[in-house]
Amino acid sequence: ELPPSHFPAARAAAVAVGYLRYLRGGPGRGLQLREVRRARRQDIEDVGHKYYLELELEDVLDKDRTVNCTAEVLYPLGSKTSAPDVQVTVQGELRDTEEADKEFYNRIRSLEKELVAENIPDSHGNVPPELEPIHLLAGVASGYVIWQNSTENTKLHLAQVKHVKQVKRSDEDLQFDYVLLLHEMVSQ
Amino acid sequence: ANMKLILIFGALIGASLCLETFVGHQVLRIKTKNEEEVKQLQLLESLEHLELDFWINPSAPALPVDVRIPAASVQSVKAFLESQGIEYSILIEDLQDVLDQEKQDMDESAQRHRSSSFDFGAYHTLEDINKELDHLAAEYSFVEKIQIGESYEKRPLYVLKFSTGGSKRPAIWLDAGIHSREWVTQASALWIANKIASDYGTDASITSLLDKMDLFLLPVANPDGFVYTHTSNRMWRKTRSKIPGSICVGVDPNRNWDAGFGGPGASNKPCSDSYHGPSANSEVEVRSVVDFIKNHGNFKAFLTLHSYSQLLMYPYGYKCTRPDDYAELESLGRAAANSIRSLYGTTFQVGTICKTIYQASGGSIDWSYDNGIKYSFAFELRDTGRYGFLLPANQIIPAARETWLGLKRIMEHVRD
Repeated sequence: ELPPSHFPAARAAAVAVGYLRYLRGGPGRGLQLREVRRARRQDIEDVGHKYYLELELEDVLDKDRTVNCTAEVLYPLGSKTSAPDVQVTVQGELRDTEEADKEFYNRIRSLEKELVAENIPDSHGNVPPELEPIHLLAGVASGYVIWQNSTENTKLHLAQVKHVKQVKRSDEDLQFDYVLLLHEMVSQ
Repeated sequence: ANMKLILIFGALIGASLCLETFVGHQVLRIKTKNEEEVKQLQLLESLEHLELDFWINPSAPALPVDVRIPAASVQSVKAFLESQGIEYSILIEDLQDVLDQEKQDMDESAQRHRSSSFDFGAYHTLEDINKELDHLAAEYSFVEKIQIGESYEKRPLYVLKFSTGGSKRPAIWLDAGIHSREWVTQASALWIANKIASDYGTDASITSLLDKMDLFLLPVANPDGFVYTHTSNRMWRKTRSKIPGSICVGVDPNRNWDAGFGGPGASNKPCSDSYHGPSANSEVEVRSVVDFIKNHGNFKAFLTLHSYSQLLMYPYGYKCTRPDDYAELESLGRAAANSIRSLYGTTFQVGTICKTIYQASGGSIDWSYDNGIKYSFAFELRDTGRYGFLLPANQIIPAARETWLGLKRIMEHVRD
């Protein structure tokens, strides 16, 4: 059993939330960790360390609601190159974002020129409202990167979108290339 | 003579229409030569419908008489005075002009006063912060700005000394911005400085604190890094010192203290953001504080502000064993965290550095604790990662307010 408020549990939680953002995040949904309710660690011989977590999350666009989930994070033994194995189960339904997603899609499609932006948030923490979905999308991308690059001794956060550029496509999909700054807490 | 008077007064009666403004109003200075002339002015004074406003009333021949005359009456009164041979001069040609100018002056002054009033809810440059330190020192007799050293790039390290008297009273140390990108800390330190200064004398707790102890506040512990975050790289953490043999710049000032220096949790690679430096106290920013505190010799508390993560930690970081004063520090930490939470519900986790976050050697509160300063705490302010270092400015004052409650709780304990 681990103290839920201390970093060893928090590190595993960050991986789980990153993974969940990658799976379920979008321009209209930004999931973030509110609290680790419970954390246990199991040392599995010849396999690795497995963390069992009970997490309380919230959608930044719907902060009054609570999203509960359980997660299992397995850091493979000795491996520096292999991503942790993550399972996440969300209790209940997540807020529907079809409206917001459609609105975002149409807005970007209607732009005369491809979207380009940088420094989100800016030095003073500002995110222009029209760029918030772009910021949340960065959370999705960084969620994947954080999951793929975390070890038991790292705690990665998205620090800033340095640059984002919409890529022109011939089909109807939207594509954005991001340059992201990630902050690694432990080694700083 | 009396007939003439009545005739002219009649004209004056007819001309007593006036507007609400003072457009065209004139102020005359009348020099009376004898009692007779004084009496005539007193007669004039009694004609209320003229609405003459005597700024200096007629009393004796030797004294001048100043009178404001509404626009419509100006010519008539002048004619009267001339007909009586009474000397006068025009003090104010048009009173409204004077009033307009005065209003403009006041507006400009208010504007200047407003813009020189420091906005604690915004992020500022080093220059503006230093100006505000000067302002606080000038405005409060018990606040003094002192320089404890210079940064690598020769910027002054300014400390605000809060002292209501005595000689080397037991003292509390508070610093912010040792990691330059943690902008909410320098900003909060300014708010806290102003809070303490302005509440001394009215707030019982602050008053009794400063009546017994001195407070030394270093709001920008790493000015070179801070300027760099404004001019070049918002994410800069370290100092800006040149490292011999490396293209990389800067040392992590919170790995550079002489406490388990060079141990786990610090890097020996110059390009690392947690590079501990060539030797303990190699950074002048660190050495200046060490020397100051050692020379003072009577510090009882050492408090340092960082961001982010919402943590309230005490030693040790360089080793994972508990300090001798574990029970007291844990209990005090919890009390302080409760105070913080009481305001906006913001939760701070409490514990030793090593257990709460990670093992990290060469940190400031480990040094202060091992040098006899029992009440050594490190705060990590808002938030928990949504904005991280880029905390929106509208959260500065809430963060400062809640942090202050935690600091105050600790200071009260130290005082008692």
